Amino acid sequence: MITEARPKGRSCAYRFVVAILLLFMGNLITAADTTAFTGARLMPVSGPIIEDGVLVVRGGKIESIGASKDVVIPTGAVRIDASGKTIIPGLICTHSHIGMGGGGDSSDPIQPECWTLDSVNVRAASLERARAGGLTLVNQMPGSGHLISGRTTYLKLRKGGTVDELLIKDSEGWPMGGLKMANGTNSQRSAPFPGTRAKSAALVREAYVKAQEYRDKITRAAGDPDKIPERDLRMEALVEALDGKRIVHHHTHRHDDILTVLRLRDEFGFQVVLHHVSEAWKVVDEIAASGAPCSLIVIDSPGGKLEARDISMENGVVLEKAGVNVAFHTDDFITDSRLFLRSAALAVRSGMSREGALRALTLSGAEMLGLEGRTGSLDPGKDADFAILSGDPFSVYTQVLETWVEGERVFDRSDPAQRLFAVGGRGAGDDQAYHCCGERQEQR
Amino acid sequence: MNFLKTFVFMLLLLVPAAGCAGMSLQEKGIPKIEGLIAVRGQTVHTMARQADGSWAEPIINGVVLVRDGKVVAVGPASSVEIPANVHVIEAEVVTPGLIDAHSVVGLAGWLNYDHDQDQLERSAPMQPELDALDAYNVREPLIEWIRSFGVTTLHTGHAPGQLISGQTFIVKTRGDNVDAAVLKPRMMVACTLGSAAMRKEGQSPGTRAKQMAMLRQEFIRARAYEEKIAAAQADPEKDPPARDLAKEVLVRVLSGETPLMISAHTSVDIQNALRLQKELGIQVVLDGGSECYDFIDALLEQKIQVIIHPTMMRASGAGKNSSMETAAKLVAAGIPVAMGSGYESYVPKTRVVLWEAAIACAYGCSFSDALGLITASAAQLLGISDRVGSLEVGKDGDMALYDGDPFEYTTHCVGTVIDGDVVSDLVR
Repeated sequence: MITEARPKGRSCAYRFVVAILLLFMGNLITAADTTAFTGARLMPVSGPIIEDGVLVVRGGKIESIGASKDVVIPTGAVRIDASGKTIIPGLICTHSHIGMGGGGDSSDPIQPECWTLDSVNVRAASLERARAGGLTLVNQMPGSGHLISGRTTYLKLRKGGTVDELLIKDSEGWPMGGLKMANGTNSQRSAPFPGTRAKSAALVREAYVKAQEYRDKITRAAGDPDKIPERDLRMEALVEALDGKRIVHHHTHRHDDILTVLRLRDEFGFQVVLHHVSEAWKVVDEIAASGAPCSLIVIDSPGGKLEARDISMENGVVLEKAGVNVAFHTDDFITDSRLFLRSAALAVRSGMSREGALRALTLSGAEMLGLEGRTGSLDPGKDADFAILSGDPFSVYTQVLETWVEGERVFDRSDPAQRLFAVGGRGAGDDQAYHCCGERQEQR
Repeated sequence: MNFLKTFVFMLLLLVPAAGCAGMSLQEKGIPKIEGLIAVRGQTVHTMARQADGSWAEPIINGVVLVRDGKVVAVGPASSVEIPANVHVIEAEVVTPGLIDAHSVVGLAGWLNYDHDQDQLERSAPMQPELDALDAYNVREPLIEWIRSFGVTTLHTGHAPGQLISGQTFIVKTRGDNVDAAVLKPRMMVACTLGSAAMRKEGQSPGTRAKQMAMLRQEFIRARAYEEKIAAAQADPEKDPPARDLAKEVLVRVLSGETPLMISAHTSVDIQNALRLQKELGIQVVLDGGSECYDFIDALLEQKIQVIIHPTMMRASGAGKNSSMETAAKLVAAGIPVAMGSGYESYVPKTRVVLWEAAIACAYGCSFSDALGLITASAAQLLGISDRVGSLEVGKDGDMALYDGDPFEYTTHCVGTVIDGDVVSDLVR
């Protein structure tokens, strides 16, 4: 902009001086918002591990990453010595209930008009615990007690006391999220809920057929206001799913339920992520052939209900070997976000590769939310979302020291007030107060 | 059928891992001496106490010799001679068999449906006469599950959730019937304070004050019952009272023979537990104890032992202020403490104490103190240290075998031994 405004016809010497000044000023600007993390072990996920690496962050984005000898740290950048530490991309939880945002009520098994952003409490202690666990992005989901319980909300765990401060907006400014669906026994109840698996599928089929007709009416109307149907919020969310603009996040456990999800996907063409997938190991070939990604939960013992009886700790390795894109999720409160790394570590214990397990906590999760272009790995141009660890991501003795979202530190274990959320104790369970500028305040 | 398929599937997966683990549980060829087994570990954590009370150093390249179910020798390979033709099992790390200091497994089953949930009778708020022995399903798959992670002893029974829900007992995680499994048929009486033990609208207890009032009244009645019996014994003219099974149990609590295990999490409920102990002069074991970090002096003064909640217990509800550092704080203060897997109404239907102690180790406990929570310290608290909890001559030959640091996420439990018998050779 400055060059455009520059008066014409000046001397070369003048231009040179201006250029030098601009360069100098440029460096000053850089110094104000550039941070370089030096000496760390960097695990970018998108590429090989970098020992003694440098990560440069500027304006909330990753500016550069590489070995110390290769990266030029901008003059004036704030340097943070991270030697002896490990930096990984911020953890992404594809299925979380932190903040307890709910969807539909008990009036109907299909309520895609409901949206968790209207119910999530971003001041909940569970969000602080998630930050303490190294999480930077969650898919905030409604429950599994409905066939379609509502729209999910993708939340960046920025510091903030309102949901708006945590939203991710699409190119048109709309908050991003998916659509939660479920089958199996959780969504079977007394009428109007389904009582069998076939009825569950039939109700879903009926809803999507209606959405197809709604969409066709709009198309046929060709902009004629007399012919355009009245706006229907339920239908709109389903049409977005049909059009691939809203990813379906589908709770499913038993082998036949998994195949039913894939059948419905093929019938209607929505994009689906299979969640939990307890019996994935029984239908691994079918899942692999479908190309559908799987977001897994790791539970310390099998069961809890009949359809989760055959859950296997080997799901991760079996799916990985079959070439399926695998992520993990906490399902927080089911498992604790502070120990999300542990879920992947237990999958490593059962044979999954370390590389695959770390990807499953980060980039694969981003892909399942359609956000791999902006987060999930340590690559220049992506959001500066990362966690600083005291050591190996898959060791029980490793601590999450810091969590950064878009270049801002949202968790610092060295601060006693924040450490409380990491370890627990008096006051750790209280929801947090924030003032207008997003700085955390003690609530007593 | 499905379970069988899962089992076979898991076995198939584990075959290559077992090959790498350096285990040879099923050696063939040479006839072995019956009733004799040797376990050899690169590191053997005996969990024995030294004279000054500190933990004995682990034995490097150690051998544990078990004859007819009992440890007959333990020490470095250089000093313990392994007789020829003895079945030798080798592992990287050997610990005593693990003790889950408080569980409901066996009464609570994995499927979580009515027919496998016998841990909580809801027909009345106080039923101390309920015997765990009558409800324990020795073939519950969760028992096999925890056994495959090294758990050999289980303190289990009636769950938290009623003011007095019943009794607990101690079993080994083996046997085809409950009599074969039982180690101590009566252990504690399970009491719950706080929101978890409130009943429906219109039923008592519905408040904390009512809970305390009901308990006081019940123990007063038990005391009167005991006095009537004593009076009848002293005076043949007097008739003894009609037998009352519930009061008989509470009399044992009053006499100090049976501890009252009070599950309490919040500050108010823990204070009530402390008050009850003072009023009745009974032996109280605090269970759960999310906020007990605020009462360390009182716990010490009143000599109250603590079965601390599993480290990874959900930080919500009454446990919202729980801390992963509590076990370390209690140990440091010198309070006798053990760790249980607790009770979950949903998932996981059982926690694995190995993993819970691991997190305690990552959050302030030394390795030995953390392992103690689920071995020697647990045995001490439960009064079974003459049998289990450490690898010392004369004690039961119960061991857990690992291919590395038992607490590390990626280490596998490669074998479990009870009374000298290999009861699990899965690699998990």
